[in-house]
Amino acid sequence: MTPNPTPRPGLFHRLVERTGPVLRFEIDGVPAEGRAGDHLLTAILLARPDLRRFEFAETTRSGFCLMGACQDCWVDLADGRRLRACSTLLEEGMHVLVEGRARA
Amino acid sequence: MSVAKLPHVAVVGAGPAGLRAVEVLVAGGLNPVLIDEAPRSGGQIYRRPPPGAERPAADLYGFEAAKATALHGLLDRLGDRVRYRPNTLVWSIEGKRLRLLADERFDALEVDAMILATGAMDRVLPFPGWTLPGVFTLGAAQIALKAQGVAIGRRVALIGAGPLLPLVAHQYRKAGAEVVLALDVTAFLPKVIHGFGLLNAPATLAKGLWYMARNVLGGVPMRFGARRLRVEGTDRVEAVVWTDARGREHRVACDAVGASFGLRSEIQLADLAGCRIVFDDLTRQWQPERSPEGRSSVVDVYLAGDGAAIGGADVAELTGARAALTLLADHGRPADAARIDRLDRELARHRRFRRALEAAYPFPGHLLDDLADTETLCRCEGITVGAVRAAARERDVDEINRLKALTRTGMGRCQGRVCGQAAAEILARSRGVPVETVGRLRGNPPVKPIPIEGGL
Ligand SMILES: Cc1cc2nc3c(=O)[nH]c(=O)nc-3n(C[C@H](O)[C@H](O)[C@H](O)COP(=O)(O)OP(=O)(O)OC[C@H]3O[C@@H](n4cnc5c(N)ncnc54)[C@H](O)[C@@H]3O)c2cc1C
Ligand code: FES
Repeated sequence: MTPNPTPRPGLFHRLVERTGPVLRFEIDGVPAEGRAGDHLLTAILLARPDLRRFEFAETTRSGFCLMGACQDCWVDLADGRRLRACSTLLEEGMHVLVEGRARA
Repeated sequence: MSVAKLPHVAVVGAGPAGLRAVEVLVAGGLNPVLIDEAPRSGGQIYRRPPPGAERPAADLYGFEAAKATALHGLLDRLGDRVRYRPNTLVWSIEGKRLRLLADERFDALEVDAMILATGAMDRVLPFPGWTLPGVFTLGAAQIALKAQGVAIGRRVALIGAGPLLPLVAHQYRKAGAEVVLALDVTAFLPKVIHGFGLLNAPATLAKGLWYMARNVLGGVPMRFGARRLRVEGTDRVEAVVWTDARGREHRVACDAVGASFGLRSEIQLADLAGCRIVFDDLTRQWQPERSPEGRSSVVDVYLAGDGAAIGGADVAELTGARAALTLLADHGRPADAARIDRLDRELARHRRFRRALEAAYPFPGHLLDDLADTETLCRCEGITVGAVRAAARERDVDEINRLKALTRTGMGRCQGRVCGQAAAEILARSRGVPVETVGRLRGNPPVKPIPIEGGL
């Protein structure tokens, strides 16, 4: 897969502005920003249209249930953690790997 | 059961059902343990945003703000008479032993009795395009808004077969999101015919009508009786396409979809606890058998809320209190007879309403008949509808657990929560038999993924 050079817009759309601190994180080395209180899934999907590669086909996924039931939102971090993005809060300095690692 | 020894009781689930249950148990002199996977109490409907994303209750819960606030404050009022364990998953039950996972630490809890109030999730049925990024459940669309203050897209299409559809459309519109379509895959007529039954719960009916009216007034296009539904797009959502009752095709451009078709009970823990699971004709779902008093088929295992039968939030509060009163009585503690009487009358009224509601939103089996063999059925592992049909025809599979063994359908990370009902329906349709005859996916621990160190 060659990475797409043109940035693709985020999927989610913030309706309620937050006043809390800005949290900086990275997606495949690209800097991104979220807010305190964002779930990891929210922060990623505000920045891009999908969350992870699907292990069984050349497609991507964006999660599905947002309530910890479907397990479609597990993402890898550069530090080796594997997290269910819809039920994990964003932390300053997280580095999410979407394209970065081949392993499922 | 002797009156002297206080039974050690666990309540699983801190939604409306579990919260009302612990309240009654405490009033009866017990010190229950309340366990929930979520970080804060409230359950699905009264879900609370994480710290940093809080908003006023009136914005989050609308008409239900007072009920939400009352439930959220309940644990504070009960203080240390409840041992509350948030962030704790019950990943298995063996007899009266709960296996727990909290902050990556494993633990177990032996109890004398338990009340399972595990709630529900969206009922999912596949349709072309349902695995595209940008397609979520209808419940997910609501959670994004409630818990995070975000919309799932800029031009959102909502699709459903139940009262959640007009509700979420209303909530989105009110929050300033653009809802380009609210599409109901069931017909409008049954809603009129069963309107009389719906009058059993006038407040609920009024609310439903109000939401529907607001949607119409608010310019959200609401359509009924959609067939041959599909979502178009290659790597993201581009449009929803459907056929109306007269066979005309419609297409609405959008960039995100929230779609699901009613609710299904979260029954795995009841199954593992050994409760008898029975088929409910009305909702075409397998549910743990629950007596009107809240008993399961297993002594000292009680059931409350949407985890045993879908009834909605108000019913969940009532069944939670009811099950706890039964538990108290069964353990020789005094129980308030007048309260029991009142609860039973209210619950009877709600049951009539529920039957009318289910009849107003019949199971949209046509979605499954329309599916091509190439469509994805299991989104965990990408197993197709065709694989199930082939197993049914060519390998003579007539039972869902054998189907699972042969095709891996229901074996993925979600444990069949998402695909289970659709798989059974497709298997039954391929065989030409009633869906209850193909059985149900047996519950297996862990009910959700846990670290391997769990020592299974
Ligand atoms: C996404 C969604 C949106 C909904 N929106 C509405 C709405 O707007 N209006 C409405 O009237 N109804 C709504 N409902 C219906 C809802 O089921 C009921 O209103 C109500 O929340 C049911 O209360 P309950 O106490 O039975 O379950 P819930 O409120 O679902 O609470 C169950 C609790 O059990 C916990 N739990 C489950 N399994 C485990 C486990 N193994 N270990 C630890 N904890 C566990 C869960 O984390 C959850 O907090 C919605 C349902 C869903 C799924
Ligand atoms: S989106 Fe379903 S578990 Fe996270």
